[in-house]
Amino acid sequence: MLESAALSAGNSYLARPDSFTFMSLKSYVIARILLTIPMIMLLLTFVFLIIRVLPGDPASLHFEKNVDPTTLLAFKKQLGLDKPLLTQYFDYLIGLAHGDFGKSMQDYSPVSQQIFSAFPATLELAINATIIMVVLGVFLGAVAGRYYNTMRDHSIRIFGIASYAIPVFFLGEVLIMVFGIYLRWFPAGGRMYPGLTPLGLTINGTHYATGLYVLDSLLEGNWEKLSYAIRYLTLPSLALGLVLCGIFIRLTRSNMLETLQLDYVAAARARGLKERTVVYSYALRNAFLPILTMMGLQFAALLAGAVLTETTFSWPGLGRYLVDRISFRDYIAIQGVVVFFGLIVAAVSLVVDILYAFLDPRIRL
Amino acid sequence: MGVSEEETYGRILVQLLPRVGALRRRGLAGWAILAGGTIVTVLATMTLLAPWISPYDPIAINVGPLLSPPSSQYPLGTNHLGQDMLSRVYSGGAIMFQVSILSVIVCLLVGVPIGLFASYKGGYTDKVASLVMDSIYAFPGLVLAIAIAAMLGPGVVNMALSIAVVYVPSYFRIIRSQVLTIKELPYVDAARMIGAKTRTTLSSYVLPNVVPSIVAVATINFADAILTAAGLTFVGLGLSVATPDWGWDLTYGRRLLTSGAWWVIAFPGLMVVLLALGFTLLGEGLSELFSPRLER
Repeated sequence: MLESAALSAGNSYLARPDSFTFMSLKSYVIARILLTIPMIMLLLTFVFLIIRVLPGDPASLHFEKNVDPTTLLAFKKQLGLDKPLLTQYFDYLIGLAHGDFGKSMQDYSPVSQQIFSAFPATLELAINATIIMVVLGVFLGAVAGRYYNTMRDHSIRIFGIASYAIPVFFLGEVLIMVFGIYLRWFPAGGRMYPGLTPLGLTINGTHYATGLYVLDSLLEGNWEKLSYAIRYLTLPSLALGLVLCGIFIRLTRSNMLETLQLDYVAAARARGLKERTVVYSYALRNAFLPILTMMGLQFAALLAGAVLTETTFSWPGLGRYLVDRISFRDYIAIQGVVVFFGLIVAAVSLVVDILYAFLDPRIRL
Repeated sequence: MGVSEEETYGRILVQLLPRVGALRRRGLAGWAILAGGTIVTVLATMTLLAPWISPYDPIAINVGPLLSPPSSQYPLGTNHLGQDMLSRVYSGGAIMFQVSILSVIVCLLVGVPIGLFASYKGGYTDKVASLVMDSIYAFPGLVLAIAIAAMLGPGVVNMALSIAVVYVPSYFRIIRSQVLTIKELPYVDAARMIGAKTRTTLSSYVLPNVVPSIVAVATINFADAILTAAGLTFVGLGLSVATPDWGWDLTYGRRLLTSGAWWVIAFPGLMVVLLALGFTLLGEGLSELFSPRLER
């Protein structure tokens, strides 16, 4: 799992056409996109079935206690849950194709609206956690590889394994406790100081905000907001990044160990380059492609971790929306968020695979 | 017959003992297995003995003052309900063990036969199985488990099932990657040639070679299952307050952070980390031992 994920060069054995070596980039991209379609269809069907077919129908489960049949029927009608399963299925697919993720069971408001407004917060958290995870993981992995089989190597490896065993919400709670409550260096939760939401770029009196607060503060040119945005972002992304960096340590380390045996590294050493230059600038470069692939693979884990991290830090993203909907037994909204997560992951893995094909000259032969 | 059960077990034990010593010569892998095995054994023993060693009833409320810090009377303090944290730490692992054992069993029962059969058959069977497994594998595991657990409702079995669905593909992938090589080996051809049925070939000739990887995956999977179970509890899909559970303590402890009550989350949290770490170390060590070429 951890093992096979770290070692398999490609993203997935099926999502990667068998004989891509002799394909042009264009036909590779087309084949890769075609392979994504059945995967997405399977996923959509799977989620649909989970919500509709698992014991108890979503409408009655929503009310938990007894509800009179007329209310239940009216409720089902509003949400289209009274139609035959097959009709519901096609409604669901057609809706999704139009960006419609269904109606909330709480107030019949469109789920898509909530999803799109919560998504930037999750994206911002994910981007920052990725930076921490990759930079820290690659750096530690390279150090471990350079000092192979020394105390430094062993402690980094143990750290890597330990990081895998820590629930992200527990680490988050510890960070809140230490840096938020005792030291008061960072806020203990939330995304922004109330009332300081950055406006983004202002053109002719209209504000264009991306929803990524750090970027928006920069676009607005407001340093106070920027410093707040960064301070609020630090602990959540640190928690998520730390928990997920282990796999990058392992990947970089094993890649480094192989690369350091190669001739071009020996040649660089023979030319009298400093060991530091040889390791971090020559050998590390070789690990770039596997790291890119791993970033694509870890994206799903990143989103799953974000759900817990957002809940821990009251970060108003998709994950918290999901958890919030769970407490309301809002199954249509749950379905919407889960489907959205699935689509995002499929899109990212597609982009990473295409990027990989583009960067690896062997595929362009 | 002739050989009694004790004798057989005795013989196995005698064969195993020198291996424990040999483990230490295996370098980091050996140490990982020893350390992981020790952690898991100690925590399992603690959980089993909980009813006898707990100073108080772990679910009784108001056994002490609310939110009292660690003291001689309540060594790990009390929570907001006045429950004794030491007793809760002792018995809170039972749920973790139950959920993870059950989900690993389900994974084995589903993942191993599908993995063996589909990849041995090849062709469309393999393609379809791979596509389904890949779709699940690519999905954020916890999110999928949340969707299933939300529909199934609370309970140990339901939690275990939601977790199992997410991790079956891990078993499938590792088995498939091995079977693809093994099925081309001459001795498997030979078995086929003397007319062995597919089932016989798979169970007597292919499976034994895959067992080490399955054991390694299953061991690491225990850690995944524990972390996912804790995650499910954290998003509100766990068991009721009437069950002592480390995950529950972590979930509700979050609301007590501002009052400075670190002991409510610290000890249950450390327990989850230790248990997951124990299984991870054990699994990593085993997989390194079984396939030394993968690691240096």
